[in-house]
Amino acid sequence: MSKIRSDYEKTLWRKIVRFVNGEKDFFDEQSGFDVESEELESRKHNNFFEETEWKKKKVQITELIEERSEETDRRAIKLYEKFYRLFAVITCVAIIAILLATVTNLPDYGDASNPANNEVSKKYIEDGIKDTGAVNIVAGMILDYRAFDTLGESHVLFIAAVCVMILLKIDPDSEKGKRFINLENDRAYEPKNDPILAWATRILVPLIITFGIYIIVNGHLSPGGGFSGGAIIGAGLILYLNAFGFKKTERFFTQKTFSVVSVSALLFYSVSKTYAFFTGANGLHSFISKGTPGDILSSGLILPLNICVGAVVACTMYSFYGMFRKGGL
Amino acid sequence: MINAFTVVLLGFLIICAICTCFSKNFLTSVIIFMSYSVIMSILWMVLESPDLAITEAAVGAGVTSVLFFVTLKKIHAMNDQKNEDNIAPLDEKEKDRSADM
Amino acid sequence: MQAVIDYISSNLFEGVAIILFGIGFTTLFLHPNLIKKIMGLNIMDSSVYLFLAAKGYVFGRKAPIVVDGITEMESYINPIPTGLVLTGIVVSVSVTAVMLALTIRLYWRYHTLEMDEIMQIIRKEGK
Repeated sequence: MSKIRSDYEKTLWRKIVRFVNGEKDFFDEQSGFDVESEELESRKHNNFFEETEWKKKKVQITELIEERSEETDRRAIKLYEKFYRLFAVITCVAIIAILLATVTNLPDYGDASNPANNEVSKKYIEDGIKDTGAVNIVAGMILDYRAFDTLGESHVLFIAAVCVMILLKIDPDSEKGKRFINLENDRAYEPKNDPILAWATRILVPLIITFGIYIIVNGHLSPGGGFSGGAIIGAGLILYLNAFGFKKTERFFTQKTFSVVSVSALLFYSVSKTYAFFTGANGLHSFISKGTPGDILSSGLILPLNICVGAVVACTMYSFYGMFRKGGL
Repeated sequence: MINAFTVVLLGFLIICAICTCFSKNFLTSVIIFMSYSVIMSILWMVLESPDLAITEAAVGAGVTSVLFFVTLKKIHAMNDQKNEDNIAPLDEKEKDRSADM
Repeated sequence: MQAVIDYISSNLFEGVAIILFGIGFTTLFLHPNLIKKIMGLNIMDSSVYLFLAAKGYVFGRKAPIVVDGITEMESYINPIPTGLVLTGIVVSVSVTAVMLALTIRLYWRYHTLEMDEIMQIIRKEGK
């Protein structure tokens, strides 16, 4: 039986399957034919979830640290470390001094003849309201003239959320994940259903989320926009989660909500800006009207793009917190 | 041309940065970092950039500090010996409460 | 004394930004703890933003939001640094989140966040 199995493990198809599944390196011939031993190996590696292993590890580490302190008793190493610290401090101070001396040669603070106030900012200020229709020149700049920059930034946020998910996600269905969640369950020590927190949240969260929506929707008329409004909504959701726990938030925000909302917002952004790109970015005729500056429904694509960016930012902030807290949404 | 208010705020900014780096307790340094962000958001108003003020207040003082707090909880830096003694009776009380319910 | 007063009145914001940059830089390179290193990086970030925004400010002008249809360059400050910094603040929070996630993973693996101890353990385990 075991012979047949080992023969099967040696076939090329099996190797490809295992390579696709990510179990083993395709070109690594030496190791990994024996499934059981590999599993054991990986279990040994990942066993830091278990409490006994934790304790063993802790003892090991304290031993290592003690060894190290014995090692550093030697005078040469001590001297070297001291010299290294001194040298590093001197380097840092020297860098600050050089930079401070350089600052004196810069143009004065608040001077109108500063070379930063050149024709680029002149163009943005003088033609901004005509080209984009946005009263807030900054919003018109980052969502119309430089919309591709903002698209890249929204992708940075999405990729950061995915990275945090890869690093901290715990599968709650597997044995190991369950044990780990029990071990790391810090909510067990907290007072649950605290009435002061719950009532404050009930009063504050609607106000916070309304304020966030106001900031997003008014992004082209007043200070704010997608980034700040999205961060405010995310903070409100985090407060709600802290007060009522994951059971209540899972009714409206799960992993699926996160992926659907972020991906559709990013897709809408890409598609609409691709349209603007193919019709010649700015200056050419476009069938999306600019409207009268000052109205809510004006300034072309800026309002929908603001809403997209706000949705992505809010989902990202909330998913960061959920991942850090529980290892899942 | 720079008024005294701005100078005081900038002084606070430097003091907060130094305290963040030198305080021994992590919780203290995160809270000082929060106040650093709040002062920064007032400075954005002084520099006539209200967009930045709103963003910094929401992101710097809100979300970043919350992420730092959760990290401190995860790496067990917030419970020193004294707090661990206090947790045990609270846990028992919680058990009693849930038993009542 | 006069030179110092001149320096303060001409380039105070930039000087403070450089000092903050130095504080963050020193923390990033000299503090052994990883959480403090991340805080140092955040301070460095915001110092660069302060420098950029200070370069865009002009005395007596208002925030770049059009009021009463006035679209002359002489009434508003430079909007470009504001746009750049707005992008930077949000990217810095995502960078911080990724770094903190990596820190938590390091803690799960080594049970310490002091850089020296982690290096020591890696050296011992590598042998």
